[in-house]
Amino acid sequence: MALTQQELEERKAFARTKGWQIFAVWLVLTAIVDYLVWFVWGPHMPPGTMTTSAAAQQFDFKVLAALVVPVLFMVWVYGGFALVNFRARKGEEDEDGIVLFGNRKVQGIWYVASTVLVLGLAVFGTYELIGNHDIGSGSGPSPIWNYSWAKATPQGPYAPGGTTPLVVQVIAQQWRFTYRYPQFGGMETTELYLPTNSRIVFDVTSLDVIHDFWAYQLGVKADANPDVNNIATTETTSQTGRITVRCDELCGIWHGAMYNYGEVIPASQFETWAQTMEAANAQVTKLLPPFALTYTPSYSGAGGGYYPSYDPNGHAVSY
Amino acid sequence: MRKPYVVRGLELSKGARAGIVLVSAAVAIGLILFGIFGYLRTYPPTVAATPSPTQPNTVDLTLQVEGAVGTGPHPQWVGWYAKDAAGKWVRTTIWQVPEKTYVHVTVYEYDSGGPLRNPYWGKVLGTQGGVIYLNGKPVSVLDAASGNGVAHTIDAPTLGLNVPVWGVNGNAKNFCQQGPCNPSEAHNVITFTFYSGNHPHEYRWQCFIPCGVGYLMGNGGPMQETGYMGGFIKVVA
Amino acid sequence: MAVEMSPSAAIVDQRDLEARGLRFAREWFTGNFFTGLVGGAIFYAFGHWLGNFIASGYTVVVNSGQNEVAIYLSLMFGTVGFLAGLGVFNYPIEKLLGWEPTDPPKSKKRTFWEHFTYSTDHKVVGVQYLFVTLLFFLTGGLLALAIRTELLSPTYHIWAADTYIEVVSEHGTIMMAMATSLVLGPFGNYLIPLMIGSKKMAFPRLEATSLWLLVAAYMVIISALWQGGFQSGWTGYAPLSIQGGPGQSDYDVGFALVGLGMIVGSLNMVATVINYRAPGMKWSRLPILVWGLLTTAFTMLLSVPVFADGLYVMGLDRAVRTSMLYAGHGGSSFLWQNLFWFFGHPEVYLMAMPGFAMLMELLPVFARKPVFAYKTSAAGMIGIAALSFFVWQHHLFMSGMNPDMRPLFMLTTELISIPTGFLYLVGMGTLWRAKIRFEVPMLFVLAVFWNFLWGGVTGVFNSDVPVDTLVHGSYFVLSHFHFTIMGQLVFIVLGAIYYYTPLLFGVRMNDKLGKVSFWITFLGFNGTFLPLFMVGLLGQPRRVFEYALRLQHLDQFSSISAYVLGLGILLYVFNLIWSLAVWRTPAGPNPWRSEGLEWQVGYPVPPDNFEEIPVVLRSPYMYGVPDRGPVAELHPSAEQAAVVAGGEE
Repeated sequence: MALTQQELEERKAFARTKGWQIFAVWLVLTAIVDYLVWFVWGPHMPPGTMTTSAAAQQFDFKVLAALVVPVLFMVWVYGGFALVNFRARKGEEDEDGIVLFGNRKVQGIWYVASTVLVLGLAVFGTYELIGNHDIGSGSGPSPIWNYSWAKATPQGPYAPGGTTPLVVQVIAQQWRFTYRYPQFGGMETTELYLPTNSRIVFDVTSLDVIHDFWAYQLGVKADANPDVNNIATTETTSQTGRITVRCDELCGIWHGAMYNYGEVIPASQFETWAQTMEAANAQVTKLLPPFALTYTPSYSGAGGGYYPSYDPNGHAVSY
Repeated sequence: MRKPYVVRGLELSKGARAGIVLVSAAVAIGLILFGIFGYLRTYPPTVAATPSPTQPNTVDLTLQVEGAVGTGPHPQWVGWYAKDAAGKWVRTTIWQVPEKTYVHVTVYEYDSGGPLRNPYWGKVLGTQGGVIYLNGKPVSVLDAASGNGVAHTIDAPTLGLNVPVWGVNGNAKNFCQQGPCNPSEAHNVITFTFYSGNHPHEYRWQCFIPCGVGYLMGNGGPMQETGYMGGFIKVVA
Repeated sequence: MAVEMSPSAAIVDQRDLEARGLRFAREWFTGNFFTGLVGGAIFYAFGHWLGNFIASGYTVVVNSGQNEVAIYLSLMFGTVGFLAGLGVFNYPIEKLLGWEPTDPPKSKKRTFWEHFTYSTDHKVVGVQYLFVTLLFFLTGGLLALAIRTELLSPTYHIWAADTYIEVVSEHGTIMMAMATSLVLGPFGNYLIPLMIGSKKMAFPRLEATSLWLLVAAYMVIISALWQGGFQSGWTGYAPLSIQGGPGQSDYDVGFALVGLGMIVGSLNMVATVINYRAPGMKWSRLPILVWGLLTTAFTMLLSVPVFADGLYVMGLDRAVRTSMLYAGHGGSSFLWQNLFWFFGHPEVYLMAMPGFAMLMELLPVFARKPVFAYKTSAAGMIGIAALSFFVWQHHLFMSGMNPDMRPLFMLTTELISIPTGFLYLVGMGTLWRAKIRFEVPMLFVLAVFWNFLWGGVTGVFNSDVPVDTLVHGSYFVLSHFHFTIMGQLVFIVLGAIYYYTPLLFGVRMNDKLGKVSFWITFLGFNGTFLPLFMVGLLGQPRRVFEYALRLQHLDQFSSISAYVLGLGILLYVFNLIWSLAVWRTPAGPNPWRSEGLEWQVGYPVPPDNFEEIPVVLRSPYMYGVPDRGPVAELHPSAEQAAVVAGGEE
């Protein structure tokens, strides 16, 4: 459908004027809100800065939020403008709008801009993930981007101020988490205490169904799968405080109440606590299976009898 | 003139149609209400602990647990009974105790035991003195791999309470086949005391022995239904 | 003389048959819902007996008191019996016996009771789908209100723990099962032949069967509620689902029936759109709704069988103790996650694409402008469908499965937001210098643009692995998918129902009530789900009934808004039912002045849709083009029919 030269000129002029108006409003709003997002909300964004992974997640969230604000305003400002200016007023209900099947320039800009934005986000996200050593997420039994100290097990003894990480095994079961510290005699507790200024390796596994270990303030989240060791790493800073651990994967009826609290305490206090606990739990530690990266429940005979259970010699145990 | 609405040769007036819609809606609402209150909202009853006749600031809670409850919709499932103020055994796992009180619990254990999936739960936590009294003798850790094994646990995570309950021999001649059981049948008596805390709250508790026999991991069946192997300790003002 | 252009569906003459040594089948019964129930009950009982006969001696059955073999067999036989009672198998049996089958007759004017029968008239099937999916939606909605009521307090519990998780799982399953058919079912079945100029669907019996499979699925899934329910959520993760009671088997079989219905329905849809387009209906003139439903149907055909396979594996593990999903005996819990999410991700696009398509179908009518960048919108849907198969690991970023693949899947998931974004390009372009009429359907269209923007940008947050470490499994994700699925699909369907009631039923819904119900629904919806983003960011996981005390105010605000939302939906449904049953305000033949081909036949739509196959002359979106002429020639002369191509877009 050919337009006359006059019609084309009119359309271009209209678009230019209105376009600049929309752009100006958009620019001002974006600048104001982005400033607020970056500087006012930014330092308080979840999940805080208690560990390196939490701080990295906070930064990543901040960048994404700042990039999303212009997109939101683009649609809202344009939309508001269009709804106000392009509605059929009284008496105009029988009229049609202009005939516009497309606009190569606008479409082209859209394709390019959206692709660039999206690819940029993907690159940024990859850089953050790899650069921050898996940023506290569960990375399977042999992670390749975690710190090198996350891979060599067994670790030597933990000492505050050293470079050996503290290894905490998170055992998820229906419906509670317990924690084993292999560097402290393999003792198991229901309390999660962590030292400041240390490297932490979480070996997350499950005894029955799929759970998820989510320590909010630590910025650690890793699925607990039966017979799988899921490693997540982080480094604590000098910040102390309470941490909330919640199960983040539906695991049965009490999933909603499967949580516990823990605490990041100064490293010397942690050392004292761990040694005291190791001594106090000595009697029950003897009853536990030796520390392993995964535990298969059927060997203990407490498997519910769905499949035949096996004793440690591999003989079937019948109910 | 508007065309009449005809159903199978029956001409329905506007009022008749409105009536049909309203009646259908009422029936639907009735069904929904029945579904909610007659079925989904059914709960095991709450049994309140009775004040102790001898100790100050203490309440008594008497419980029994057996291999087959014998009553209710799942008589073959393991389950608990609690003794109410009238001395009757009520099949429930929801107990009520006052705040700022010591709760003295007596458990009559009629079920056979076995190994624990996580032997850590053989350790007693959160009781007065860190012990429970098994047939009169104080213990702080139970080895589930030895002897009759542990039959059940009472574990209330947010109260910090964990009490493993020792089992009886499953082949004993006077083994209780179906609840409610009485003390002439093979049993262990476990007593312990815990403090109910300083404010009202509803604490959930569960068993940590996957005793849903025949279910994968044992955590099906009675483990997944309130009133059998898990419930609430309601601490009230 | 008009040329008969319909594909060969001619009624065969009795004499021709006799000459060939065949004869017409005797008129068997035309099954309906009630005969279906009878058949279902009989076969259900047989299946149950058979299962007990086979398996009652198994140790597992004796110990748990639960015979999964009997449950599975009874449900499967019961479904077969239900379909047999409906008369689904009449045609193949008659053919096997050598008779020429007759289809149930099409009535001139559709009656109320006809909608309870096994009808092969696509218009009847469309209306049946409408009410079945509406029933699903309202059931799921009640369950949602039950969830939000529980979350009013973090410590006081309304439901027992097992009841709560049962309600959560039912809500999710019913909504997901319903939502995949929400546009394809009612609108796809009713409108596609009308939109492409065809007298019928390619496989009318398959089409009707897909509806009745959905009905059977609803009955099976709902029956879980009084069998103890299933604790695994709609995602059914193993080994939790292997632990489950009889309710889990209802989930297994019910969802498999939904999947089967989807496969059957999409086969029909693809064949119809490709083969039954009228002369002149070029791909470049195809209505966007048809493009969207075609891509949806293709995607369904490719993804649903994988899920059916997963459900089958779950059924074997549950009934006969294989251990494909249990790691302790050589299987893997990762297997279920892969099979499920390989389907599960295309599944959400199966819901989004029809929504987009319907959105872009309604927009030009109320903007009175052609669709801006029509080819881009079609390409966008094809792009979404294609890319949707390459993103599923983003549900598994924290699972420990193939962590080194995460950057790849982060890339593909980010890429999929490009074709998704085309929706806004098209929408914004169509609104430029339009003449917008704010009728009720348009209000819903605009609401979708608002809602999906929130859903879409939060999707970008989820696709970024570092941020996903924070938000996975939390209320942030929940709010994201409610905005994209409910905020987009459900809202556009509410608009589409309002838009198409004149065509389907000849009545108009009440405008005042429509506007009121729209605003209450829209404000209630945003009030419910916007705070939930914050709740998730502050650390509340999904599917929980106890949460941090400091989040109580946000949760309460959300719960109260949920009741407002429920009120809005209730008003809308009241508007629909009351307008259909009581007020019956007659609508004109084309009250929205749409130029779509489906509106040109008038109301009531003739039983064969078109007296003669029309010749399509132009695209239906050419609003504002002077001298554009009619969209199609409904009574073509022989010459016109012969000259098929040509004319402007």
